Amino acid sequence: MSEPLLEVRDLSKSFGALVVADAVSLTLRPGARHALIGPNGAGKTTLVNLITGTVEPSGGVILLDGHDITHWPQARRVKGGLARTFQINTLFRGLSVLENVCMAVSERRSLSARLWRRADARGDVIAEAMALLESVKLDADAQRQVRELPYGRQRLVELAIALGLHPKVLLLDEPAAGVPSTESHVLLEAVAGLPESIAVLMIEHDMDIVFRFAETITVLVSGAILTEGTPAEVGADPRVREVYLGENAELHGGRR
Amino acid sequence: MEQPAYQNPLRTGAMRPAELLPWLAAGSGFFLFPDYLQLGAQILIMVLFAMSLDMILGYAGIVSLGHAALFGTGAYTAGILSAHIGWSEPLSGLVIAGLVAGVVGLVCGAVILYTRGLTLLMLTLAVTILLQELANEQEHWTGGDDGLQGVVMQPLFGVFEFDLYGRTAYLYALAVLFVVFLAARAIVNSSFGQSLRGIRENERRMHAIGCPVYRQMLRAYTIAAVMAGVAGALLAQTTEFVALDVLSFERSGDVMIMLILGGTGRLYGAFIGAPLYMILQDQLAKLSPEYWLFGIGALLVATILYAPEGMLGLAERLRAWVRREDS
Repeated sequence: MSEPLLEVRDLSKSFGALVVADAVSLTLRPGARHALIGPNGAGKTTLVNLITGTVEPSGGVILLDGHDITHWPQARRVKGGLARTFQINTLFRGLSVLENVCMAVSERRSLSARLWRRADARGDVIAEAMALLESVKLDADAQRQVRELPYGRQRLVELAIALGLHPKVLLLDEPAAGVPSTESHVLLEAVAGLPESIAVLMIEHDMDIVFRFAETITVLVSGAILTEGTPAEVGADPRVREVYLGENAELHGGRR
Repeated sequence: MEQPAYQNPLRTGAMRPAELLPWLAAGSGFFLFPDYLQLGAQILIMVLFAMSLDMILGYAGIVSLGHAALFGTGAYTAGILSAHIGWSEPLSGLVIAGLVAGVVGLVCGAVILYTRGLTLLMLTLAVTILLQELANEQEHWTGGDDGLQGVVMQPLFGVFEFDLYGRTAYLYALAVLFVVFLAARAIVNSSFGQSLRGIRENERRMHAIGCPVYRQMLRAYTIAAVMAGVAGALLAQTTEFVALDVLSFERSGDVMIMLILGGTGRLYGAFIGAPLYMILQDQLAKLSPEYWLFGIGALLVATILYAPEGMLGLAERLRAWVRREDS
């Protein structure tokens, strides 16, 4: 089996007496399509924040591509190939869609320290950003300001920015939240079209999407891993039905 | 190479004809108002100062109430160079003053930029107050409350004397403004400038795409410090005097009002706001020496209420509206 791209060992975080991550271990190998599910407040987003470095862990180790990144600053992890999207759109609202994606592309190419050359003269950056926008069917909106787009289309900008970083490991925090079901296929197609080699971890509430996307599912409850397995295994696990799926009337009950 | 189907889609850096207007105005001002060239030079200096504030406030989103610290550092550096050391060649004095202000900006910024919001605002204010007190105490060097006397400038390029009418001062300030403007314009339109806009729009996202946010902000702060220092030095050199008020809270406040009146994040906001503010101040003070501030206050309130993006923002909105009506 190939070496893991992302390995999380016994990762813990508590705020006082509140334990939000309790010895969580996860392994993503190249090509992984891994879903992280769990009821609201299970600590899924906290786990993403711990892995990306916005929250300092209380204990445990994070390895990215073999490097111990547990104490790396956030920016360095990104340069090391770790990218994320946000559950709530975190975009450059006053800039155009194209500029949003160019931002990621030129940061990845380490151009942002360049003081003198005009950004709009960098045809290579712009062409790459346009190609990314085409891949999420946003090319027609390239010149519009992000804040003018409907929320669901903004979700695609969220994804395009992360893709512009050429990640080895991509963490998607509820990418389809707020996307009308008629448009979620664009998002899924974009995710399905990602290079085989990268590892993707997706937090998602929509079980349709989870079962279509994931090869492995981890169930998180109260900061700890309840179980991990293939979609069939997890779907059949009575404990999972009880704590998570039981909240919905049926397995494909959609969100909440 | 194959031409892409879209045309210059960012459209940020291309020179537009309208950009010639402020320069034409400033150039013709020299001939139209020969009696006001001293005031004119001071306006140009404040344009430069407001532009340097725009670099951090308008582009990087750093709200500072202590920008006078850097202006004053430049002014005192240029003044002390001439009055105490006898270094009275203007251009080299200007460069030295800009560099000194840049170093002060780098050191202060290194501390200040660890903070955000109110803490940052208070720290910028504190630095200015400290520097002003320092200038007040060090009377031997600064002249304290009486101001720094004995600043004398050699003729520019050894040829052009600084005359009583302010002809040399005006053209000197205009030329320096133009050169610094060209540099600032290139910087805000570069990938670095885009990155600053990103920090202003969403700092969290900039971290998440791997941007060294602190380093970028410190760079911007230092660049703005050099610009502010050059502006301060220009004032010291063209008036051949430095008063404590170059480091005052009022100056920090004035420059922010000028920028807000003109519009932030556009570089040209300074070109509208500074003249508007200073000409109004000049005229209102003649009209009513006691109540001129009332007029400025009323204008500011009207701007915030009806043109929150300043005069340039208002102009852009009008233009968009006219276009919609046309089509």
